[in-house]
Amino acid sequence: MDWLFFGEISLAGLAMGGLYALIALGFVIIYKATRVINFAIGEIMMFAAYLFLAFAGGMEMSPWVAVPLAVLGGALLGGVIEKTMIRPMLGESPISVVMVTIGIASILVGLVEMIWTSNPQLLPSFLPREPVFIGPMYLAPKIAYGFLIGMSVLVLYLLYFRFSRGGVALRATASDQAAAYSMGINVRRVFNLAWVFGSLAASVAGILVAATGGLSPQFGIIGLSVLVVVIVGGLDSILGALIAGVFIGWLETVAGAYLGGEYRMPATFAVLAVILVLKPYGLFGTHEIERV
Amino acid sequence: MDAVLEVDNIEVVYNKTVQVLRGLSLSVPHGAIVALLGSNGAGKSTTLKSVSGLLSLEDGELTAGDIRFNGESLKNRPPEKMVRDGLFHVMEGRRVFEDLTVEENLVAATYALTGRGQSRTQGYELVYDYFPRLRERRRQLAGYLSGGEQQMLALGRALIARPELIMLDEPSLGLAPLLVEEIFEIVARINREQGTAILLVEQNAAVSLALASYGYIMENGKIVIDGPADKLTSNEDVREFYLGVGAKGEEARSYRDIKHYKRRKRWLS
Repeated sequence: MDWLFFGEISLAGLAMGGLYALIALGFVIIYKATRVINFAIGEIMMFAAYLFLAFAGGMEMSPWVAVPLAVLGGALLGGVIEKTMIRPMLGESPISVVMVTIGIASILVGLVEMIWTSNPQLLPSFLPREPVFIGPMYLAPKIAYGFLIGMSVLVLYLLYFRFSRGGVALRATASDQAAAYSMGINVRRVFNLAWVFGSLAASVAGILVAATGGLSPQFGIIGLSVLVVVIVGGLDSILGALIAGVFIGWLETVAGAYLGGEYRMPATFAVLAVILVLKPYGLFGTHEIERV
Repeated sequence: MDAVLEVDNIEVVYNKTVQVLRGLSLSVPHGAIVALLGSNGAGKSTTLKSVSGLLSLEDGELTAGDIRFNGESLKNRPPEKMVRDGLFHVMEGRRVFEDLTVEENLVAATYALTGRGQSRTQGYELVYDYFPRLRERRRQLAGYLSGGEQQMLALGRALIARPELIMLDEPSLGLAPLLVEEIFEIVARINREQGTAILLVEQNAAVSLALASYGYIMENGKIVIDGPADKLTSNEDVREFYLGVGAKGEEARSYRDIKHYKRRKRWLS
């Protein structure tokens, strides 16, 4: 066995996993606060990546301006979706809300095809190009820097939720909605902010992933891998998203390298099936206790 | 206008089908402790929820009547706004945020101060003065506190909000008698020292009437009898049905007699 090759593949996989973790974080924030399973997360990140394409490619802005603008655009999109389409569904059955998010995903794909056509596109490169070596192992610079940026955003989020007053409000809302209302927390605003911050995390990841692998309207499919991540990690666990994200990213890449590209998805879904049998709430998810 | 809270002839319907309150009225004067008593399912908690606006979360609807806080109607006011206006509801079962620490639970309650321009931090010391045990445990997860400590935390969150009126839903629920006494003493202290009016919902009629200055007794969604607490305690029906003292005298009823007694008291006032 070629350990150097294994090491390089693993490293690339772990880095990719870091980005998965970031997307999963966006998903988990929204689920934790609002109990909505957001199937449109992949499309929101795709939309943000196209925004970046428009700002940096079409309008030739510097990446320093284009990245923040595109990320903000994605966050705003999340906020608008919540306010106009998810909030009216408050109190409806979870399945109906899930269907709405699937509908939103299709609309976003259609919108992107109308504006930017369905041809695959390359993003203008904005990350440093010097190869990165960790010991003897080579890592593509885009992946390495993408991982670094993604991880910093993730750590910022974790710190914010852990230590800030806003983080307390979010966790309180996640823990007991009625009690959160009775503390004077504006729960509807927390819902909206959860969508904004969740979409923001996904948008950052979207731009970074698209920078390494190109962009097309089918880009949102990545949301499917992320769904595996959040189910393995536990739908409402931020730590779970982090660990499962890195693990699934690694597994996918290693399976792709050793078994062939067509085994990437089967490998992860096989793990998903095993986890679901052993731990139905995911590795770190809370067990739901229904009290009526 | 000397009442901080006036509930005027309200009716509440759940799921558009089940009527729970049928024309209930009560009022709480400024700085007073008022007890709302009744058996299971009488509608006590529903009354509190219709005041604090949490009814809508349970598919309940206020179909008639009006609720006024400091003379202003509370209809259509969002629940978080009411808390910020000074009306704090301590829900039944304490409802602490179990996966937050004690301190974070208190931080969450500071949202009640939004828009009031009051300092957030000095409330914590006040809470820890009232409940020294919470200070010791402030870094622990609230879910690991004992029932009594959780009730203290629930009261502490109310203190943080510096409300004009606290609505307390069954603070004695699931607590040992000694703890119930401790909690009620603190409630009295809060009322005395902070001047907070308290609407106390209880099944434990003896303790609550000892604490309150005025009492309401409800059954089937209506107030059936009300009056100053000392009058209620000496009322024969109340003594028999809520304080468990025999109507004919002080002698305890034997179980045989109770078995005979099947009719439910109808209040025809």
